[in-house]
Amino acid sequence: MDLTTIIVNVLGVGFIALVVWYFWLFRREGVQVAEVAGVQEATIRVKGGYDPDVIVVRKGKPVRLNFLRQESAMCSEMVIFDKLQKSAKLPEGETVAIEFTPQQTGEIPFQCQMGMLRGKVIVEA
Amino acid sequence: MTASTLTVGKKGKMPTNSHSLTNMADPETDQEAQAIAKEYRSLVRKFWFAAAISIPVMLVAYPEIPWLYLPNLFIRETSENLIRWLYVVSGIATLPVMAYSGRQFFTGAWAALKRHSADMNTLIALGTSAAWIYSTIALLFPSIFPEGTATPFYDVTAIVTALVVLGQALEVRAKGQTSQAIRKLLDLQAKTARVLRGDEEVEILVEEVLVGDVVVVRPGEKIPVDGEIIKGYSTVDESLVTGESLPIDKKVGDEVVGATLNTTGTFNFRATKVGKDTALAQIVKMVQDAMGSKAPIARLVDVVSSYFVPAVMIISLLTFLVWFNFGPSPVLSFAIVTAVTVLIIACPCAVGMAVPMSLVAGVGKGAEHGVLIRNGEALQTASQLKIVVLDKTGTITKGKPELTDMLPATGFDAETLLRFAASADQPSEHPLAQAIVQGARNLGAAIIEVTEFEAVPGHGVETRVDGREVLVGNAKLMARHSIDTGEIQDNVERLQGEGKTAMLVAIDGKAAGVVAVADTIKEDSVQAIRVMQEAGIEVIMITGDNERTAQAIARQVGIQHVLAEVLPQDKAIQVHMLKKGGIKVGMVGDGINDAPALAEASVGFAIGTGTDVAIEAADITLMSGSLKGVAYAIEISKATMRNAKQSLAGAFAYNTLGIPVAAGLLFPIFGLLLSPIIAGAAMAASSVTVVTNANRLRFFKARSFAETAVT
Repeated sequence: MDLTTIIVNVLGVGFIALVVWYFWLFRREGVQVAEVAGVQEATIRVKGGYDPDVIVVRKGKPVRLNFLRQESAMCSEMVIFDKLQKSAKLPEGETVAIEFTPQQTGEIPFQCQMGMLRGKVIVEA
Repeated sequence: MTASTLTVGKKGKMPTNSHSLTNMADPETDQEAQAIAKEYRSLVRKFWFAAAISIPVMLVAYPEIPWLYLPNLFIRETSENLIRWLYVVSGIATLPVMAYSGRQFFTGAWAALKRHSADMNTLIALGTSAAWIYSTIALLFPSIFPEGTATPFYDVTAIVTALVVLGQALEVRAKGQTSQAIRKLLDLQAKTARVLRGDEEVEILVEEVLVGDVVVVRPGEKIPVDGEIIKGYSTVDESLVTGESLPIDKKVGDEVVGATLNTTGTFNFRATKVGKDTALAQIVKMVQDAMGSKAPIARLVDVVSSYFVPAVMIISLLTFLVWFNFGPSPVLSFAIVTAVTVLIIACPCAVGMAVPMSLVAGVGKGAEHGVLIRNGEALQTASQLKIVVLDKTGTITKGKPELTDMLPATGFDAETLLRFAASADQPSEHPLAQAIVQGARNLGAAIIEVTEFEAVPGHGVETRVDGREVLVGNAKLMARHSIDTGEIQDNVERLQGEGKTAMLVAIDGKAAGVVAVADTIKEDSVQAIRVMQEAGIEVIMITGDNERTAQAIARQVGIQHVLAEVLPQDKAIQVHMLKKGGIKVGMVGDGINDAPALAEASVGFAIGTGTDVAIEAADITLMSGSLKGVAYAIEISKATMRNAKQSLAGAFAYNTLGIPVAAGLLFPIFGLLLSPIIAGAAMAASSVTVVTNANRLRFFKARSFAETAVT
C-alpha cells in the first residue's frame, strides 16, 4: 500500500466521520427569544431552511413566530406545526405570524410540507 | 402540548372587523398561482440555458461516437492540444450553468449546511461540483493521475443540472395542478353583487357587501354571499358547493349559500354571512388547512428522511473508497464517477413528497364533491374503517315525515280520503298532521276550510268539514266514537309493520280509510349503503326508535344490524363499544345532537350541514345531505391512501435499488455501471412520477357517484 492510498483512505474515513458528527451528533444551542410587551417574538428567515431553526421559549406566555420567506423554491412554501395542528402558507417576501401559547414544556417541531426543512420550538419552564 | 390561544394570520392584516377580510382568500391564491407560474418560467429558462450549453459540452466529451464527436465534425486532424483546449472551453462554459441554472442547489445546500442539515440540494450541489472539480484537476494537472485516467467529464455537471432543473419545472407545474381544487372553489365566487340602497339597486363589489344588506338576485346569476330569502322564490343549483346534484327550491325564509347558482326565479335576500364567514370561505380555509396537515403515515417518512441525505453522503464516500481500493484500473476515475452517481441518483424529494402530494390531491377531490376532510389523520383513518354507524333520522331518512300511503275503505276514493283528511288536519300544528296537509298540497288536492275543530291530545282531531263530521287519528279516537274499523284494520297493521304511522280517517261515522305518514328514506341512501357494504364495511343503524320501526327502515335500505331504542346520550357509548379491539368505527350523524358520538368515533361524519362548515366534533363534514358523501369520503380516502402508498413504495424502491446500482453493485457480476447522466435523468423522473401519480387522483371516479345505481 503506497502513501497515496493510505492518505486517500484516511481522508475518506475522516470525511465519513465528519458527516456523522456534523449532521447527526452536533447539538446546537437554541435561540432564546426576546420578550416584547408580554409576547415572546422571533423572526424566522426561510431560505433553504429556517434561520434560526431552534427557538427557545418559556411556557405559559404567548409566542409569535414571524416567518419571512425569502426564496421562490416551492419546497418551503408552507410551514407546518403538526403538534399544534396548524399550518400556514408563506408567500415570498411576506411576513406570516404563527401565534400560540405553549402550556407544557417540551419540543414543538415545525417543518415544510415534505419534511425536508425542519426546526423546533423548545418550551422551557 | 396544548395551545390555549392559536391564530395564524398575516401580520398587519389581522381582522379588525369582518369586512376588512372579506376577500381574504382570493388575492392570496391568485398570488400563489402567479408565484407558481413565475417559478415555473424561471426554471424553464434555467433548463434551456443548461441544455443549450450541455449539447456542445457533451459533443466534446464522447470520442467513442466518432460521427458525433465535435472535433471530428470540424477538423480532419485533431491534435491532443486542440482537444485539451476544447475541454478548457467546456469547463469554463459549464461554470455559468452551475452559477445560473444550478444556483438554487448551491444556495440551498449552503443554507442547509449552516444549520447542520442536508437536503436534496446538498446532494445535487455536491455531485455536480465534485464532477466539475475532478475534471478541472484532471485537466490542469494530468500528471498526478495514472496514465489515461485524466479524462474530464464536464458533461455530467451540465447535463445533470439541466435534467434536475427540468424535473423541478415539471414538478412545479404538476403541483400547480394538484392544488387546483382551491382555485376552482374560489373561481365559483361572484365578483359583484346587486344590493338595495334605499329603493335603488346598486351594483357593488362582493367584498363590499355588509351583513344586513338586501341583495337582489336575477335568473342565471350567482348568489354573492350567504343569506336568507326575504322576497321571491327560485330554484338554486348548489351542486358546485355542496355536491348535491339536484337544484333546490328556495322560498322566503330559506337559506341561500354564496357562490351557488340561481336558475329561474328572482329573489331578494338579506346577507347573513359575508367575507371570511361565508360557507365558501370556510370551505376554502378548511381545505387549505387539511392540505397542510400530515397523514400519520407521513410521520414515519419524516424519521427516514431526516437520516436520508447524510446516509447517502456516507454511502457515496464508502463507494469511493471501495472502488479506489478494490476497483479495476483506472481506479480514481471509477471511484469518482460512482461516488458522484450515488449522490445524484438519490432522491429524498420523491420520498418526502409522496404522502403530502396525494393528500393534497385527495382532499381537493373530496372538496369538489362537498366532502370536507379535516386533516390527513381523518383521511387515513377513513380509509381503514371497518364499521360505519348511521344515525337513522335525518341521515338515512329525510328527518321529517311525509305522506306515503292513502288506502280508502270501500265506498271512498283516495282523492276524497286525502281531501277530507288534509282539510281536517290543516289547523293542527302536529308534524304528522302537517305532513298530510303538505302531501295533499303536493298532489293538488283541494283543501277545504274547517267549520269546527278540536284536537284531542293523544288521539287526533275531531272536525266538521263541508258539513260532514271528519275524524282523523289513531285507533283510540275511532274507539271513542265507536267506529267499526274492521275493514281497514289489516291495512293499519301492515303500514305499522313498515315503520309508518297510520292515521285512521272516519267520515260521518264510517271508516273512510287510512292515510300513512313516515319519515321517508333519502333517494340515494340505498345506493350509498350498498357501496359501503360492497367495500367490506359493516353498516349499522342507530336510532332512538322502537325495534319495529327501526327494523322496517333497515330492511328497506339493506342494513342487517340495528341498534334500536338507544337514548341520544347513549349513542357515544355504543360507538365506544364497537371500537373494542381497535376496530375503526365511523359515525355519521348531524353535527349537533350526535356531536358526542361523532367525537367518540374514529372518524365522525357530520352530514347535511349546509352553510355550517366548521363543525368541531366532525372529522369529515358533508355539505350535502346525501349519504353518498359518506361513501364517497371512504372511497376517496382509500384511493388517496393507496395512491400515497404506491408513491411511497415506488420512491423507497427507487432509492434502495438505484443507490446500490449507482454504487456499482452490478459491476462485478454484469459489468454494468450507471452513467451519472442516467442517474440525473432517473432522479428527475422519480420526483416527477410521484407528483404525476398524485395527479391521477384528479380523475378518480367514485362508485358512490356513479350515474346509475349499483346493482
